[in-house]
Amino acid sequence: MSAPGAAAGGRSGTAADWGGFEDNMQGGGSAVIDMENMDDTSGSSFEDMGEMHQRMKEEEEEEAAEGEAGAAEEEDGEFLGMKGLRGQLGRQVADQMWQVGKRQASRAFSLYANIDILRPYFDVEPVQVRTRLLESMIPVKMINFPQKIAGELYGPLMLVFTLVAILLHGMKTSDTIIREGTLMGTAIGTCFGYWLGVSSFIYFLAYLCNAQITMVQMLSLLGYGLFGHCITLFVTYNIHFHSLFYIFWLGVGGLSTLRMVAVLVSRTVGHTQRLILCGTLAALHMLFLLYLHFAYHKVVEGILDTLEGPNMPPFQRVARDIPVVSNAVLNTTAKAIALTL
Amino acid sequence: MAAAEGSGAAGPLFAGLADVSISEDIPVEGEITVPVGSRSPDEDYSTLDEPVRDTIMRDLKAVGKKFVHVMYPKKSSALLRDWDLWGPLVLCVSLALMLQGGSADSKDDGGPQFAEVFVIIWFGAVVITLNSKLLGGTISFFQSLCVLGYCVLPLTVAMLVCRLVLLAGSGTISFIIRLIVVVAMFGWSTLASTAFLADSQPPNRKALVVYPIFLFYFVISWMILTFTPQ
Repeated sequence: MSAPGAAAGGRSGTAADWGGFEDNMQGGGSAVIDMENMDDTSGSSFEDMGEMHQRMKEEEEEEAAEGEAGAAEEEDGEFLGMKGLRGQLGRQVADQMWQVGKRQASRAFSLYANIDILRPYFDVEPVQVRTRLLESMIPVKMINFPQKIAGELYGPLMLVFTLVAILLHGMKTSDTIIREGTLMGTAIGTCFGYWLGVSSFIYFLAYLCNAQITMVQMLSLLGYGLFGHCITLFVTYNIHFHSLFYIFWLGVGGLSTLRMVAVLVSRTVGHTQRLILCGTLAALHMLFLLYLHFAYHKVVEGILDTLEGPNMPPFQRVARDIPVVSNAVLNTTAKAIALTL
Repeated sequence: MAAAEGSGAAGPLFAGLADVSISEDIPVEGEITVPVGSRSPDEDYSTLDEPVRDTIMRDLKAVGKKFVHVMYPKKSSALLRDWDLWGPLVLCVSLALMLQGGSADSKDDGGPQFAEVFVIIWFGAVVITLNSKLLGGTISFFQSLCVLGYCVLPLTVAMLVCRLVLLAGSGTISFIIRLIVVVAMFGWSTLASTAFLADSQPPNRKALVVYPIFLFYFVISWMILTFTPQ
């Protein structure tokens, strides 16, 4: 029975604290204003949260109020004032959060619903697309003046979808088996992941290196750069000669890479920045083509004897030649960069 | 009326309404039904009390009519005007089932899976539709989806033929027959969908709209051509 007594003592102690605080509060007339603001009934869930919080506080304070039996009537009023202040603080924060959340949600929804935002990027003529596709294979050695990049997304998007289709074809003919996923998902994920991921990465690098390029221009540049990949992969998935692939890889893939590098160089100032930016882009672009070819290439030789064993795991996507070739890649890319600079 | 107004003015607001008295000699009765004009069966026939069989038959007839439209692609707006997704669903499921083949139970599932075909058809149709919307086409989302779905019909027929040919045997001749059939049906699908969709596009951009359609049907027909039952 001693514990309740101690608790009661504690409660009276807190009550004394409250009382001290109330004395401070009595100077200002804020309590009255808070009482007025208590009953605004705008229905938001965040406010309900605030009220719940407030109710919990109230319960705590009621316990405290029980301790002091002989509290005067006016003190209750002061208590309400206190609670009003706290509740309003919480409510203001909650209200602000609610407003910000609502604004963001409505903006996202209008983005989703309003397809017109994207329409300017699809404003092209067939002739323009054709010339841009051809231009993506022609590196222009004009470094002193910033080259023009069209901020357009139709061509890149279609090229990425074409690449997806070609990749599906390659996966099918190479009997690639992907666990925990479908071929379709892997192809789409690879192509879109490369396009969006590398574009964002290079854009970030360009920002660091102070290159004059926007995100849409970057997407367009890299997307049209995939044209070389499409040609190379389409040919080499059907005609299986390693030498042919390397010729295509260096010729077609190299040309499209050089074109992108030339454009980026013309828009960057400073040798170090140019080297970082273009080296990264060239290496990523060429290695991606190499990966796509060897990961989903039809493996004709060397697989038959390994499949003899009874408990062989199914052939996974193994890039066989990459370690050997990657040195050559680096050398060639380095040469290419050296040539362009 | 005068009495009612007078009492209304005398009492508090609206209290006078209770005092409005209807004289005893007017009988409180009348026609409850809403008067409608001459009811023709064509205008508002109720589908609530018709047999279920009629409803289903009507829908099936509509779907069948659209199939005929795809097989004879004239410049007609019937496929566009009242769209439905039943036909595309049926075609898509049957194509996917046929492509599934016997690879469901075998360990080596290199063949196209049901979900893959399903996703390719629907995802592809959605992408083409969004593309045509972005290029400034004046066609609603589901209309385009409906047309693209119905135009899979020739390819489903090609798949059926391919399976029959494969039953006979698989050799060079069978492959050539399949190649011819699939290429012909691929052309048919593309032409039919282009005929329906091209009118809603700005004339200078038709090539840009046709390319994804071409790619879409090309992927499907390529899957059909390379299909071999396990």
